[in-house]
Amino acid sequence: MESMINRDFKGRDMTDNKPNAIFNPTRRQALSMLAFAGASGLVIPGLLGRDRAFAAVPDKPTGQMIVGFSQEPTVFNPHLLHIEVDEAVHHAVFDPLFNVDPEGKFTPALATEVPTVENGGISADGLNWKVKLRDDVKWHDGTPFTAEDVKFTLELMVDPDFRSWRRTGHEHVRDLTVVSPTEITWRMEKPFAPYPSILASTFIVPKHLLGVEADKNAAPYNNAPIGTGAFRWGSRVAGDHIELVANTDYYGEGPYLERVIYKYIPDMTVMYTQFKTGDIDVVGLQWITPDHYEEAKALDGKVVTVVPNATIESVAFNMERPQFRDLAVRQALYHAIDKQAIIDALYYGLPTPTESYMPQQSFYYNPDLPKHEYDLEKAKKILDDAGWTPGSDGIRVKDGVRLSFSNSTTAGNHIREQVQQFMQQSFKDIGVEMTISNLPPAVMWGEYWMMSQFDSVVVGLNFLTGPDPDTSDYFMSTSSAAKGGNGQNTWQYANPEVDQLLKDAGNLFVPEERKAIYFRIQEIMRADLPFLPTFQYATVRGRKNGIEGVLPNINNRIDTWNINTWHWG
Amino acid sequence: MLRYLLSRLWQSLVLLILVSMIGFAVLNLAPGGPLSQYTLTPGMTKEALDRISEQMGLNRPLPIQYLDWMWHLLQGDWGKSYRDSRPVLEIIGGHLPATLLLMGSSTLISILIGTWVGVKGATRRYSVFDYGATVGAMVALSIPTFWFGLVAIYVFSLKLKWLPAGNMYTIGNGSFSDYALHLIMPSVVLALVNVAVWSRYMRTATLDVINQDFVRTAKAKGLSPKRVLLKHVMGNALLPMITLAGLQLPTILGGALVTETVFTWPGMGRLFLDSLGYNDYPVVMGLLMFSAILVLIGSLIADLLVAFVDPRIRLG
Repeated sequence: MESMINRDFKGRDMTDNKPNAIFNPTRRQALSMLAFAGASGLVIPGLLGRDRAFAAVPDKPTGQMIVGFSQEPTVFNPHLLHIEVDEAVHHAVFDPLFNVDPEGKFTPALATEVPTVENGGISADGLNWKVKLRDDVKWHDGTPFTAEDVKFTLELMVDPDFRSWRRTGHEHVRDLTVVSPTEITWRMEKPFAPYPSILASTFIVPKHLLGVEADKNAAPYNNAPIGTGAFRWGSRVAGDHIELVANTDYYGEGPYLERVIYKYIPDMTVMYTQFKTGDIDVVGLQWITPDHYEEAKALDGKVVTVVPNATIESVAFNMERPQFRDLAVRQALYHAIDKQAIIDALYYGLPTPTESYMPQQSFYYNPDLPKHEYDLEKAKKILDDAGWTPGSDGIRVKDGVRLSFSNSTTAGNHIREQVQQFMQQSFKDIGVEMTISNLPPAVMWGEYWMMSQFDSVVVGLNFLTGPDPDTSDYFMSTSSAAKGGNGQNTWQYANPEVDQLLKDAGNLFVPEERKAIYFRIQEIMRADLPFLPTFQYATVRGRKNGIEGVLPNINNRIDTWNINTWHWG
Repeated sequence: MLRYLLSRLWQSLVLLILVSMIGFAVLNLAPGGPLSQYTLTPGMTKEALDRISEQMGLNRPLPIQYLDWMWHLLQGDWGKSYRDSRPVLEIIGGHLPATLLLMGSSTLISILIGTWVGVKGATRRYSVFDYGATVGAMVALSIPTFWFGLVAIYVFSLKLKWLPAGNMYTIGNGSFSDYALHLIMPSVVLALVNVAVWSRYMRTATLDVINQDFVRTAKAKGLSPKRVLLKHVMGNALLPMITLAGLQLPTILGGALVTETVFTWPGMGRLFLDSLGYNDYPVVMGLLMFSAILVLIGSLIADLLVAFVDPRIRLG
């Protein structure tokens, strides 16, 4: 059951806090420090550990590592509809043109350099692209990788017969031209700034294998993928584990492990137990449950850290409901939420309070937004001043609108249910009535959410796709499905200034220029409050002492994004 | 006999079609659908979900989808999983051995111990053993399996370090002893409840027989108590157990939902839960039909067996 309840968190991203990485000067010191950190649960702030530069790495792939996941990877073709755990396999077996590191910088993978306006890879208007490719890459079956494979992959994304999980960005690509085996060019129909981030998670698949399949949706290839990545497909025991083996011909760094096992452990309590007994070396996706944190950080021989996650918890309003049209109501409700008490009492103090939808580790995060204050008197005053006066039953009314609404979230998420009761009480104190009506996940996040049929919702959302700050899908007034749009603006939020800013920023390709605009958007969202940001999630990660190379990355959904550099110290 | 068989087969077919219709309707009428789990994926759009739904044929009217599924089933095509796009039969076949191993050994344990406890309790009615067995059975039946499983893991894996904390085998070690070691805890935990059930049934069945005239006659003939018990009492008391065993068949092959989850056992029970959780309708339908067929076969075999061993019953 637990895994089913947790499905609600599917949108969550894996994350990292730069300052939380473990500093690791030499192997011996590192080991004692890891033991120290493991014993006390301490994390050393301020020091970014690029440990593998210092730590000894094996000359050839050595040993085996077992990573536990509470969801089972089953979709191995990276372009079919999948969940985040599947990307653990994609990152190991395949490569994109370039990757994203924890600081949000692109690092070349199959491309020799990351195309930018400066190096001429992208024209100044963002329309013409030129990508140079490595000439020393081979597919796992020995066939050389060429520009034809890139062309095939980008065309596959928009193939009408293929159930491509995402066409965003790729649909603007025109005139794909293979100039030589190591160079490809194309034209964008319109400038689209998030495209580099999308390419960073677009894994290149082989034309000579997948291209010849009649039905690419159900090809046998999809269950025994061949890529260019650091690990080759080994075997799979359905419902149990996947074995990947080192690709000794890998062109990039690593791999340092002979074998990687992704072990499926459906129950999170059981996964934690198997971590304690040593059956698994690393606790992967869905990690250690917060209630086990206190115990886990005291475990012998384990390194347990708290790592921020890109998911932002919020109370979302349906802005088309008459109760929520008035900004004063949204402001008052924000003042009536005791964030810190919720975090400390219900979430074991792990999450960080936040004012923005942008993860705090992002390059684009605006740290100067007004701080939230929990103040019931202020909340009452705001409502009084705005003309919401208590009726005979104590519930405020204005112009015939009663300040009463329902709140929904996933039924069975016990912590959120307690948060709701907590808010219900505070809201009642300021003369606002909130009823709770929770729904099973499939109903909650289906039409009810997508078509804005709710009054208000408690939801955890990851607003970003990879490192890109573009949130047009969420904030553009044309992105509400209920109004015939095509996106996730389920608040039905509409602000012409935000629309314009999002459009402007979508045409800019220089990060510093974009930053100013996204700072402004965060200010407006903080002022308009279509959703009340409560906190940014944090997860409890655990691994055995002596495992090196693990590097959390806020810009990537999966913990094993850099599995090629993992090794035993 | 042949006529009986034919009519049973005909009934079974009608039943199977009914089961498939109800199952299909219930699955598809539940709100959400197979794609709802992807709505919160970052960057997911309604357009993409609508397009994929159309590509998968999920937007067709339900009766059409059902007939399409049925038509393929009749041709031996059980459909393909929405998750890993492998044929459903192949997936079921892949999970069956794990479940057979676990359920087979636990059923064996529970039948042997359950029969012994039940018969002994009945022959020494109201003895300390009988009361102990009764109380023990009630306790075993009342303990939730997942709790008992977790306690067993805590005691035998974490504290005593005698047994592995789950999994079917150590990856990279396929030896017999490794399998056996991993099998002990889940099969015993699972057997615990079944021993309770079997011993209660067996006790009642034995008590029904033990005071009958033919038993008294056998005793009066001067047969040894052992012979009376084994031949006359048990022979008759085991008759209703055949039906029970027949109805156990689907359970044995269907797997244990909770135990397989707690012990990370890659069997049919896990497959069912996962497929339900991910709205993988083809696999859920496949499992439903598979267990429906097993129930029918199991009860048919049981009826035939009872008729075979009990001369008082004639079929036809």
